[in-house]
Amino acid sequence: MLTEQKEKIKDIVTKSQVYKSIFRRGFGDTPRNRALAILGNVFLHLHPPYVMRHALKFTHSWCMGGITFLLFIVLCFTGVFLCFYYHPDKINAYRDMKYFEYDVPFGVVLRNMHRWAAHLMVITVWLHMTRVFMTGAYKPPREFNWAVGVILLVLTLLLSFTGYLLPDDQLGFWAVTVGTNMARATPLLGHEGPFGEQLGATAYNDIRFALLGGSVVGGNALLRAYVWHCVAMPVTAIIFLAVHFWRTRKDGGTAGPL
Amino acid sequence: MWHNIWIIASKPDNIPIVGMLVLVLFFGFLSFWLAFKNDRIRRAAAVRPKPESGKAKRDAVDVIDIMYPESEQGLPKKVSCWPHLVKLEFICAIAVMALLMFWSIPIDAPLEEPSDPTLTPNPSKAPWYFLGLQDMLVYFDPWIAGVLLPTFIIVGLMVIPYIDVNPKGNGYYTFAERPFAILTYWFGFFVLWVLEIVIGTFCRGPGWMFFWPGQEWDPHRVVAEVNINWNEFLANITGVTTLKTETAGLLLGIITILTYFGLGMLIPYLWLKKRSAPIIDQLGLIRYSVVGFFFWTMMALSIKIVLRLAFSIKYILVTPWFNI
Ligand code: HEM
Repeated sequence: MLTEQKEKIKDIVTKSQVYKSIFRRGFGDTPRNRALAILGNVFLHLHPPYVMRHALKFTHSWCMGGITFLLFIVLCFTGVFLCFYYHPDKINAYRDMKYFEYDVPFGVVLRNMHRWAAHLMVITVWLHMTRVFMTGAYKPPREFNWAVGVILLVLTLLLSFTGYLLPDDQLGFWAVTVGTNMARATPLLGHEGPFGEQLGATAYNDIRFALLGGSVVGGNALLRAYVWHCVAMPVTAIIFLAVHFWRTRKDGGTAGPL
Repeated sequence: MWHNIWIIASKPDNIPIVGMLVLVLFFGFLSFWLAFKNDRIRRAAAVRPKPESGKAKRDAVDVIDIMYPESEQGLPKKVSCWPHLVKLEFICAIAVMALLMFWSIPIDAPLEEPSDPTLTPNPSKAPWYFLGLQDMLVYFDPWIAGVLLPTFIIVGLMVIPYIDVNPKGNGYYTFAERPFAILTYWFGFFVLWVLEIVIGTFCRGPGWMFFWPGQEWDPHRVVAEVNINWNEFLANITGVTTLKTETAGLLLGIITILTYFGLGMLIPYLWLKKRSAPIIDQLGLIRYSVVGFFFWTMMALSIKIVLRLAFSIKYILVTPWFNI
C-alpha cells in the first residue's frame, strides 16, 4: 500500500513538466544515461563523457588540480562573506578583523577558513605543477596549457599577496612594504632601479607609486589591494581557469601513456 | 634549542611552511618512487619474452603495460566519467573540506597589532612564499632579486615545454628517460625555492642575520663581515693591484660573465657533439641557447651564494649604474 503510493508520487514528480524540463535523463544505468549525466550538466561537462582509466588513479594525478580548484571555490565563497563586513579603509580595516573575532557569527571560522585555504592553495598549485612536470604532461600537445598554468600560478601568488595587506596589521603591512619596496628597484621604471633615475623616475611617479597609489603603504594602497584582491584578480583567474579546463579537455584529457 | 625551533614553527603564520615542507617531501618521494618503479618494470619487461610473438627480447615496451596491474590489463582503457571520476572527485572534495574545517576551528589565522609605519619589526619578512626571493637580497641587488629573477622564473617555466624536445615520458612517471629535466626541475623547485623559504623562515633573524635552527635570535650579535668585489678578490690573490681600479673592475666583470656563459654554452655543446648525441640537432641553435641561458642563470644563483659565503664576494660586475 505504502510502496504503491510512493511509486505514484515518484511517477507524478518525475513525469511532471517541471521536473522533465530540468532533468533530462532517466535513472537507468545505461551508457547513454552516464554520458548524458556529464553532457547535460553545465558544471559536469567540464569533464569529457569518458576518461582514460589511468586518470582515475590517485597516484597519477594526486587530484591536485581538482583540489586547487576546490580551494579556489572555497575562497570565492568565504571571500564574499568576508566582504559583507569588511571596509577597505585605514580606520575600519583592522577594527573589522576584531569584529570578526568577537561579533560576527562564525566570523572566526570564516576568516580562518579563508586564510588557511589561501595558504593551502599556494601549496597545492606548486604540487599540481610538480605532478604535471613529473608525468611529462606539459609535452605536446599540452605546451600551451602549461603556459596558461604558469599564469594561474602567478595569479594565485598575487591573489594571496594582495590579500595579505587587507587586515591592516603589522604582519601584512610590513610584508607588503617589503614586497613592494622591490618595485622601487625595477630597471627603467623604478626610481632606485638601474637607469630609473636617468629616465626621470622619482618616488612620486615610478611603478611603485602606481602600485600603491602613493609613496607609502597607506589608505590608497589598501583600497587598491582590495580592488585587485576582490574584483580584478579573481575575474582574471576565472577567465584563465576557463581556458585551462577547456584546453585540458581539448588536448585529450589527463595525459597518459598511449 | 628545541624550544626555539618550536616557537618559530608554531607561530600561526609559519604553520603553512611546515605543512608545505611535509607535503612537498611526501609528494616528491611519491613521484620518484613511482618513476623508479616504472623504470624497473620497464627494464624487466624489456628482457622478458613477449608471449605471443615469442621474441626473446623487445626494447620498446608498451608503456600501458606499466600503468596497470596484471589483473586490470584486459579491461577497457576508457571508462565513463559518471560515476567513476565524479565519484572520486566528490570523495576528494569532502576529505579536503573536512580537513579545512577541522583545521580552521582550533587554529586561528594570525592577526598582529594594528599596522604602524613607525614601528618596523626586525626582521621584516615578506609573505612566506616570497621568502626565497627576499633571501636572494643577501646575494643580489633588489632589481635582480625582486624583479629580474621573478621574471626569469615565470618566463623560464613557460618555455619549458618548448625547449624540452625529449618526446619520452609523456603521460607517465619515469626518471631514466628524462634525468636531466627532472634533476633540473628539482634543483630549481626544491633547493632554490622551497629550501630558501625554509631558510628564510627558520634561519633568518634580526637584521636578516643567519641563525642555526635553535640558536638564540640575538639582535646584538656582531657579524664581522667585510665584503669585497670580484676584482678586489682577484687583486688580493694575484697581488696585481691595478685590478682594483674601477675600469679594471668593469672590464673584469664583463669578461667573467661572458666567459661564464660562453663556456657554459660551449663545453656541453662540444661534449655532446663528440658523442654525436642527437639532442644537438633536435634542439637547434635557438632552443639550445635558451636552455643554456636559463640553466646557467639558475646555476649562477648557487655559485654566487657559494662565492659569498666562502669568499665574501659581493659583486662580480660593478658599473656606475648597476651591480651584479
Ligand atoms: C589555479 C591554479 C590551477 C588550477 C585550479 C588547475 C586545475 C587543473 C585541473 C583540474 C586539471 C585536470 C587534471 C588534474 O587535476 O591534474 C589541470 C590540468 C593541467 N594543469 Fe592545471 N591548474 C592550475 C595551475 C596549473 C599550473 C601552475 C600549471 C603548470 C605550470 C598547470 C598545468 C596543467 C597542465 C599542463 C594540465 C594538463 C595535465 C594533463 O593533461 O595531465 N596548471 N589543471
